[in-house]
Amino acid sequence: MTPLSLLARLGRSTLAALAMIGRVALFTVSAFAHMLRPPYYPRELALSLLQIGWLSLPVVALTAVFTGGALALQIYAGGARFNAEAVVPQIVAIGMVRELGPVLVGLMIAARVTSSIAAEIATMKVTEQIDALVTLSTNPMQYLVAPRVLAALLTVPVLVGIGDIIGIAGGYTVSVHNLGFNSAAYLKNTVDFLEPLDLISSLVKGAFFGVIAATMGCYYGMQSGRGAQGVGSATKSSVEAAAVLILATNFILTGVFFSL
Amino acid sequence: MTAMTNGNAPHPMIKMDQVHKAFGDNRVLRGMDLTIPRGSSMVIIGGSGTGKSVALKSVLGLITPDSGEIYVDGKPAGSGDRDAFLARFGMLFQGGALFDSLPVWQNVAFRLMRGALKRPAQEAREIAIEKLRRVGLKPDVADRLPAELSGGMQKRVGLARAIAAEPEIIFFDEPTTGLDPIMSGVINDLIREIVVEMGATAMTITHDMSSVRAIADNVAMLHDGVIQWTGPVAEMDQSGDPYLDQFINGRAEGPIEAVR
Repeated sequence: MTPLSLLARLGRSTLAALAMIGRVALFTVSAFAHMLRPPYYPRELALSLLQIGWLSLPVVALTAVFTGGALALQIYAGGARFNAEAVVPQIVAIGMVRELGPVLVGLMIAARVTSSIAAEIATMKVTEQIDALVTLSTNPMQYLVAPRVLAALLTVPVLVGIGDIIGIAGGYTVSVHNLGFNSAAYLKNTVDFLEPLDLISSLVKGAFFGVIAATMGCYYGMQSGRGAQGVGSATKSSVEAAAVLILATNFILTGVFFSL
Repeated sequence: MTAMTNGNAPHPMIKMDQVHKAFGDNRVLRGMDLTIPRGSSMVIIGGSGTGKSVALKSVLGLITPDSGEIYVDGKPAGSGDRDAFLARFGMLFQGGALFDSLPVWQNVAFRLMRGALKRPAQEAREIAIEKLRRVGLKPDVADRLPAELSGGMQKRVGLARAIAAEPEIIFFDEPTTGLDPIMSGVINDLIREIVVEMGATAMTITHDMSSVRAIADNVAMLHDGVIQWTGPVAEMDQSGDPYLDQFINGRAEGPIEAVR
């Protein structure tokens, strides 16, 4: 392979990546535009709120409680090396609320919701249900995409808030029952240490991650190739893209909130 | 594009004029010309992958041709209000394309429950049940999910959905694929009866010759991206066209290359 052909290949890959970013950005803008203009589909929105919000609660709760508990143990063990075991409540609180709560909930939503949206829409595409929607004068962006993205925007911050609380509760349970912390003191330290900005950053991250998770599911579902392989590939790509974008966005948002 | 003028004669309901469509290097339509008179039933035949579905979806605007003109009732297809344009069409998809998450009656009444043709739910349900009856299904099917129905029943539900809003033009995409010969005969008879009774213009694509003889007023054979032969169904057997003869008699030898 000559240096020139290597350069050409690199250029093609870069252009393809940029084109992809452009398509996803346009798709996201289009999803928001379709949220604002009638007709509205309240039944689809209600179903999406149920699917994305309510039915994700068990997996979010389990993830958060185990993470909070493990975090307490790790901080206690690490803190003991320089006689700082007492910081467990504060670090669990800030770790869960600022970072682990939104990121883990975001990743769980990517695993659960993005995959299910992508597989559902991709299956609709390969079985011509999307074409059928169009012939029945129904815009798929309005009927399928907008309700799912809106539902994720509304519910994932709530899930993150609940995940934060359950994670802190997990840390509290381990600290009080296994590490000998005083219950009242643990709670007071937690509440005193957290600032409004910590909570705001957590919920804002949740909103971004929700939009990313739902949009990636919808985008890859709508772009699906033919057959079972097309559906599988769309589902895999959607989860990969959502997970990477969530982590990258988390880094950017953390930087933004850190500078405030 | 300008609207066609044709003296005092009525416009053909559908006219395709030198329509080209390629997917990458694969030139599917290479200058397709087709005229479907108002109130007639045109059946397009041709081997797999010859572009029959592409032609049909091009008329509906689901696929955008690379060049050429398509007119519906004398006006360029897709011009004017998109919803009003699509409201003139009903379509039976090859696999039914029923919406899995909706019960049968909501599938049939889909167009009647939203958009410009919206009716109260009870009225939409009554129309759906009447249409189900018209295609030979009992009212107790109305509340079942599509997955609970056999392939033949799903085709009938798809047919009921296609005629629910009493469209002027009905498209049938491989209406008998996957059905046993008796059920194929039933579906063919139903299509013929309904098209005649509604006075609709029908465009069917199929490779099932029993469908052709049961449904068609006129036949067009698509081969190599162009209409190889077109004429009344009664003249099909005496066409003298070697391509058509080979196809309708199912011979491996002839001008159409058969891969063994």
